[in-house]
Amino acid sequence: MALESKQVIYTDSSSPARVLFFGEDFLEEHLPIGTRVIFPKPPMEPLANPKAAIRHALNHPEGGAKPLFAQLFPGMKVTIAVDDISLPLPPMVRPDLRQTILEIVLALLGDHGVEDIHIIVATAVHRRMTDAEIRRMTGDKIFNEFHPKRLYNHDAEDRNNMVEIGETKLGEVVQLSRRAVESDLTIYVNINLVPMDGGHKSVGVGLTGYKGLRAHHNPQTIRDSNSYMDPDHSALAKSTHRIGAIVEKELNVFHIETAVNNNMYGPALNFLQKPEEHWRSSDRMKFQALKYSLSKLPRAAKRRIMHSTPSPFGLIAVAAGEAEAVHDKILAACWKQYLIQVEGQADILITGIPFVSPYNVNSILNPLLVQVMALGYFFNMYKGGTPLIKKGGTMILTHPLPDEFHSGHHPSYIEFFNRLLPETRDAMILHQKYEKEFAENPAYVQMYRFGNAYHGAHPFFMWYWGENGRQHVGRVICVGAESPHVAERLGWEWAADLQTAVEMARDSAPPSPQITMLHHPPILITEVR
Amino acid sequence: MALRNAAPALEGHRLEVEVQMSVAESSPTEPHAAKPCRRAAFYDVDGTLVRTNVVHAFAYYTLSHPSWQRKVFGMARLLANIPVYLALDKFGRKAFNEYFYSGYKGFSEDRLVVVGEEVFDKVMKPAIFPGVFDLVSRSKDQGVEQVIVTGALDYVAAPLARHLGIEKWLANRLEIVDDMATGRLIPPLLAGPNKSLVIREYGRAHDIDLDSSFAYADSFSDFPMLAMVGHPVAVNPDTKLRRIAEDYSWPVISVQS
Repeated sequence: MALESKQVIYTDSSSPARVLFFGEDFLEEHLPIGTRVIFPKPPMEPLANPKAAIRHALNHPEGGAKPLFAQLFPGMKVTIAVDDISLPLPPMVRPDLRQTILEIVLALLGDHGVEDIHIIVATAVHRRMTDAEIRRMTGDKIFNEFHPKRLYNHDAEDRNNMVEIGETKLGEVVQLSRRAVESDLTIYVNINLVPMDGGHKSVGVGLTGYKGLRAHHNPQTIRDSNSYMDPDHSALAKSTHRIGAIVEKELNVFHIETAVNNNMYGPALNFLQKPEEHWRSSDRMKFQALKYSLSKLPRAAKRRIMHSTPSPFGLIAVAAGEAEAVHDKILAACWKQYLIQVEGQADILITGIPFVSPYNVNSILNPLLVQVMALGYFFNMYKGGTPLIKKGGTMILTHPLPDEFHSGHHPSYIEFFNRLLPETRDAMILHQKYEKEFAENPAYVQMYRFGNAYHGAHPFFMWYWGENGRQHVGRVICVGAESPHVAERLGWEWAADLQTAVEMARDSAPPSPQITMLHHPPILITEVR
Repeated sequence: MALRNAAPALEGHRLEVEVQMSVAESSPTEPHAAKPCRRAAFYDVDGTLVRTNVVHAFAYYTLSHPSWQRKVFGMARLLANIPVYLALDKFGRKAFNEYFYSGYKGFSEDRLVVVGEEVFDKVMKPAIFPGVFDLVSRSKDQGVEQVIVTGALDYVAAPLARHLGIEKWLANRLEIVDDMATGRLIPPLLAGPNKSLVIREYGRAHDIDLDSSFAYADSFSDFPMLAMVGHPVAVNPDTKLRRIAEDYSWPVISVQS
């Protein structure tokens, strides 16, 4: 067995079967000899005293910002914006990191006589979090004190409460929540799960609306991002930087950013993130029991169990102050946890698709979201300008790909999938011809504002999110797709099992193709040398 | 004898639609025929835009009658008929409407018009769901033609449409003979499946592309109307419509807040 680094294992004849996510199930597959398997790094040791670290960050801010306490005065108007349920994934065990930070910040505000405080869940055009989800995130005490009048979801379609504060040199409209704009101080509480999050994206995206998002949530920006997980090579990050400059000019923003480790499974299941070679016999027994139990349950029950199992993420870094200085510090921690250097690109890339994405917490990973996980997030998990998969290579996914949508959370996705994709998969055409119609559909607006639906434009953004992957990858083969028409509608092929998929992929690959498997989640990001 | 049939009572506001009740002819099939590109949003009223229904309007008409005998008799009849109305509504909206509107027999037309405005002001206006204004306003912003399609009478539909800034409505009309209501409705009766026929004819007459049009309704009895368009929306739906909306993945919205 050749060993490239601790996180890379080459498969030989004695290698065990590999475990891949298959939606709410797992597959165990033997990979072809020579396949490179890339594992995530073990979870970094969390900070011993998170509360002390948070207080230290507030008192010793980055980038020349004044300490938080020095910015407070009685009678001032403060808005605290917090990341929504899309972070972290899966949701973390209680207390949520946002609760810990909010408790410290609110106590500080109280000590300085600040009473006019609103807490806004920065959903942008994501779905509104339910009361129970907000309570879980903030804790009972804060929820009972602030909800619903002073703790609520952002409403990007509330015409009276969205304001345009300017435009960048490139004509990008900067549109924000009126409450934040009119506050003496806006504090943003972030959880940085991937390097795309945080920085100027926090306020500029989290508190904006459709008009503001159009600046960068479009196919061209994503095509120009190589990748959007690498801020140095991301047109998306450059756009949010330009927007951030306007935000910083007009608003007084104090950023609190955090990075968490990748301890996704907790003690009972943490063997799942180790190479199978290192599993003990008790791990194997646990896995077989888990797999068997899951196989006996209906999908809805499996989904419920998985979404109800929080992750014991640990805080590894916290910084506060000015956006860019704070973000640089947090990014360094993210790279330390996620970045794995590998030798050379793959002709064939194999990856399991799990049950959760940022957009289906407590919901269904519908076909468009499977697409965004594959060609969006997983394709983009690289740094340094070189994708893990070669141009024109084949991506093999494992997911049952059911034709299943959550009608309350993703109503516009259903129309997008059934009405638009049969007509075209061209992101540019979809963007120009249909995006506005969906965004302004009164029923979708109503469901976004008063229900728990993603905005009418959101399926378009999800399609664009896979655009650089779609432009780069030659073929996508979905293993185990139970509805072949779903795969075909996405422009993909399908195969009954992994061996067949690999054989299909070899047809268009060079002789002796380099095959790589990404053994995730938890998250890993590659840097190809 | 002056008979009101196709002649509108509210000239200048009323929408004229020739409705073909027989099986619709197939549409023109010339290969290069331009596809209509206008879109419309069709709104049911009772339970969709307002929380009241036709019975509330009738009760107001009855109670506002100058003759106390008619007032008492009318209310007694209304109350006594409630079980019949409920039974007929279960049987079908058409049967309900035919029986229900017979109660208007003997109302003078001028009274129907004047009291219709009062019914709107005092009964319907306070009962408009709060989310309706935003819904209609956003729909208009999309350049979509707004049309009310209701089983209620035109006397109350007209002021409602005006209030919401909707220029067109399709409503039931009472037959008027010698300025007095006969208690019969002028066909086609706007209820259940007929709403869909009326919408189809309206679309044809006004070059509306129904595939890209919207319909908003609250009740299972409006299923045919919803099924006529490409964008059906269940608004505050009853259990049966909610189930169907979920099965067909139609958007379900509430305008009650």
